Amino acid sequence: MHMHKFEKIWLIFGVTALLVFLSVLGVSAFYLGNQPPSCLAVVDPTKVDEHETFKEPGLKKVEGKDWDYELVFVAQAFAYTPGTVEVPLGAKVKVIATSKDVIHGFGVAGTNINMMVEPGYISEIVTTFDKAGEYLVLCNEYCGSGHHLMTSMIKVVE
Amino acid sequence: MLKSSLNIKVDRRDAKLVMAHFYVAFIALLVGGLAGLLQVLVRSGKFELPAGIGYYQILTVHGVVLGLVLTTFFIMGFQLAAVSKTAGTFTNKQRTIGWIGFWIMTIGTVAAAVMILLNEASVLYTFYAPLQAHFVFYLGLTLVVVGSWAVGTTIILKYAEWRRANPGQPSPLLTFMALVNTMMWTVATIGVAATVLIQLLPWSLGLVETVNVGVSRTLFWYFGHPLVYFWLLPAYMAWYVMIPKIIGGKIFSDSLARMSFILFLLFSIPVGFHHQLLEPGIDPAWKFLQVVLTFLVVIPSLMTAFSLFATFESYGRSQGATGLFGWLKKLPWKDARFTVPFIGMLAFIPAGAGGIVNASHQMNQVVHNTVWVTGHFHLTVATAVVLTFFGVSFWLVPHLTGRKLTKKMNKLALIQGYLWAIGMTFMSGAMHAAGLLGAPRRSSFSEYGGAAQAAEWIPYQIAQAVGGSILFIAIILMLYIFVNLAFFAPKGEEEFPVGEAANQTEKAPMVFENWKLWLGITVLLILFAYTIPFIDLIKNAPPGAQGYKLW
Ligand SMILES: [Cu+2]
Ligand SMILES: [Cu+2]
Repeated sequence: MHMHKFEKIWLIFGVTALLVFLSVLGVSAFYLGNQPPSCLAVVDPTKVDEHETFKEPGLKKVEGKDWDYELVFVAQAFAYTPGTVEVPLGAKVKVIATSKDVIHGFGVAGTNINMMVEPGYISEIVTTFDKAGEYLVLCNEYCGSGHHLMTSMIKVVE
Repeated sequence: MLKSSLNIKVDRRDAKLVMAHFYVAFIALLVGGLAGLLQVLVRSGKFELPAGIGYYQILTVHGVVLGLVLTTFFIMGFQLAAVSKTAGTFTNKQRTIGWIGFWIMTIGTVAAAVMILLNEASVLYTFYAPLQAHFVFYLGLTLVVVGSWAVGTTIILKYAEWRRANPGQPSPLLTFMALVNTMMWTVATIGVAATVLIQLLPWSLGLVETVNVGVSRTLFWYFGHPLVYFWLLPAYMAWYVMIPKIIGGKIFSDSLARMSFILFLLFSIPVGFHHQLLEPGIDPAWKFLQVVLTFLVVIPSLMTAFSLFATFESYGRSQGATGLFGWLKKLPWKDARFTVPFIGMLAFIPAGAGGIVNASHQMNQVVHNTVWVTGHFHLTVATAVVLTFFGVSFWLVPHLTGRKLTKKMNKLALIQGYLWAIGMTFMSGAMHAAGLLGAPRRSSFSEYGGAAQAAEWIPYQIAQAVGGSILFIAIILMLYIFVNLAFFAPKGEEEFPVGEAANQTEKAPMVFENWKLWLGITVLLILFAYTIPFIDLIKNAPPGAQGYKLW
C-alpha cells in the first residue's frame, strides 16, 4: 500500500502532537492528581437521611484531613439541601453529594466544580474557593419537569 | 473488473426501498425541526408553549426524532443505495429482508412517538434510568434497533454474494464502507439492546423493583459514542467517494480510505467512558485508558482531512491553478452537490477541536452538561453530517425517482446551505460561549432565582433563538426541495457519482476484507477496555434504584 510523502509527514506530525497531548493529560491526571471526580463509595438511596455524612447537609469544619471543610449536599427533585450556604474565602473544601431519587447534575457556575449525582453513589470533589462572590449551583442533568428550577447558592465571604 | 457489477442506475425496486427510508427521514426532519424551533423560542424567555405542552416533551421529540429517526433512516437508505449501485441489484430475498427491517423500524418509531406525545416518555433520547418511561417506549426503541439489524442483514448478504462471485477481488469501495458501518452499528447496538431488554423493559413492566443505574449508563454509552461515528461514516463515504467525482477529480487513495474506515471500526467502540468522566462508580484509571483510546480516532480523522484536501488541490492544479491556494478558485462553488457538503466539512474543523476538549480527561469538567456540548454536536451531526446528507439528497433523490435537479432547485439548495451556515454560526456559537459561562444544556428557560450569573446567559439564549429561527427556514427550504425532487421535478436522468481512484493499477490489499481479523480485534479492544470496570460496577453496586416519573 502506497502512502504519499506529504501524507507521511502530515501523519507523523499529527501523531506526535497527539502523543504530546495525551502525555500532558496523563501527567496531569496521575502525577498532579487532576482526576475527574470519582469516588467508589456507595449509599442506599432510600436511607440517605440515616447516613453518617448526609444526616446533616451543609458546611462542616474538619481536622486532620487534606481539606479544611466538608460541604455536604443532598439532591432531590427539584431542590438541593442546603439551598444556600456560606463558605469562608480561601477555604479548601471537599464537596460531597448524593441523590435521593433520580440522576441530577451538580454544576457550580464560574468554577470547575461539575459532577454527576446518581442515586446510590457518593460524588466528591476537592476545591479551593479563592474568589469572593455568589456562585450559582444548578442541576445540569435532566431530572424532570422542574429540572431548570433546581438550584442552590454558594456564597464565598471574607 | 470492478465495473462488472456497477449499475448505471439503481434498480427501480431497490430505489423504492431506499425512498421509503427517505420519506420517514424527511418527515422526521419536519417534526424535529419544529420541535427545535419551539425550544429556542422558549429558551429566549419571550415565548411560552401553549396547551400545557411541556418543554421536556418537545425536547424528547427533538432528540429522538432527529438523533435517532432521521439519522438511522437516512443512513440505512443511503447505504442500501450505495450497495445496490456498486455491488449490484439486491436479490428478491435480500430486498424482502430490507423491507421487513424498514417496517419493523417504522412501527417502533410510531410506538415510541405515540408514547412521547401522550407524555408517557419525557425522558429525552438518552432515557437515563431511574427516570421511568412507559414500557411501550422502550419496546418501540427495541424495534427500531432490531429493524436496523434486518436492513443491515440485506447489506451483509449482498456483500457476501459479491465476494463469492468475485474471488480474490477487493469489494467495491462504497460497499466496503457501508459494510464497515453496518458492522460497527451491529456491535454497538448490542449495548443499548442489552440495557433495554434486560434492565429497562422488565423494570418498566414492574417485573423487577429496581435497576442498576451504573450498569445501565455504561451500556448506553458503550452504544452512544459509536452512534456518533455511525452518523459520521456515511458522510465520509460521500466525502471520500462521491465528492471527488462531483468536482471532476479522483479519489486520492482507495486503500487509505479503507484503512481509515477499519481504524474507525476499531476505535469507535471501546471509548464510552469519555461520556461518563464525571460520574462516580468508575475508577479514574479506566476512564483515562478509554480517553487514550478515544483519541486514537484522531489518526483516521487526519487521514480523511488529508485525502479530501489532496483531492481538491490536485483537481484545482489539473485545471491550471497556481500559487498556494489558487486551486480553491477552481472548485465548483455553484454546484450545491459540492458546496453544501463542503460547508459541512468546514464545520467539522471547529467541531473536531471542540470534541478534543470534551473528551479530555480534565477539560471535560469545564463543559460537561453545559450548553457547550449542545453547540458541539450541532456542528458535528447537525451541520457536518446533515448538510452532507442534504447534499447527497440533491442527486440521489432525483436519481431514484427518475427526475432531474433543475438549475432553480440547485440555486435554492445553495441558499439552503448558506442559511444553514449563518443560522448555525449564531446558534452554535452562542451555545459554545454560554456553555463556557456555565449555562446548562437540556433546560427550559429559567432565571435561576434571579442569580446574577444566570442573567448573563440570556443574551446568548436570544442569539440562539435568532440562529434557530434561521435554521428552521433552511429546514423548510430543504423539505420543499425534497418534495420537488421526489414528486415534481422534470423527468430525466440524474447521475449517481462514484469516484475512481487516482491510481487505478494499485489493488487494495485483501487483508482489509478479513473480517475475522478486524471483528476479532474490535472485540478484544472492547473486552480490554470494559471487562474489569464493568465487573466493578456489578460487584460494588449500591442498592438498586426505583423508577420515577417526574414530569
Ligand atoms: Cu435536573
Ligand atoms: Cu463520544
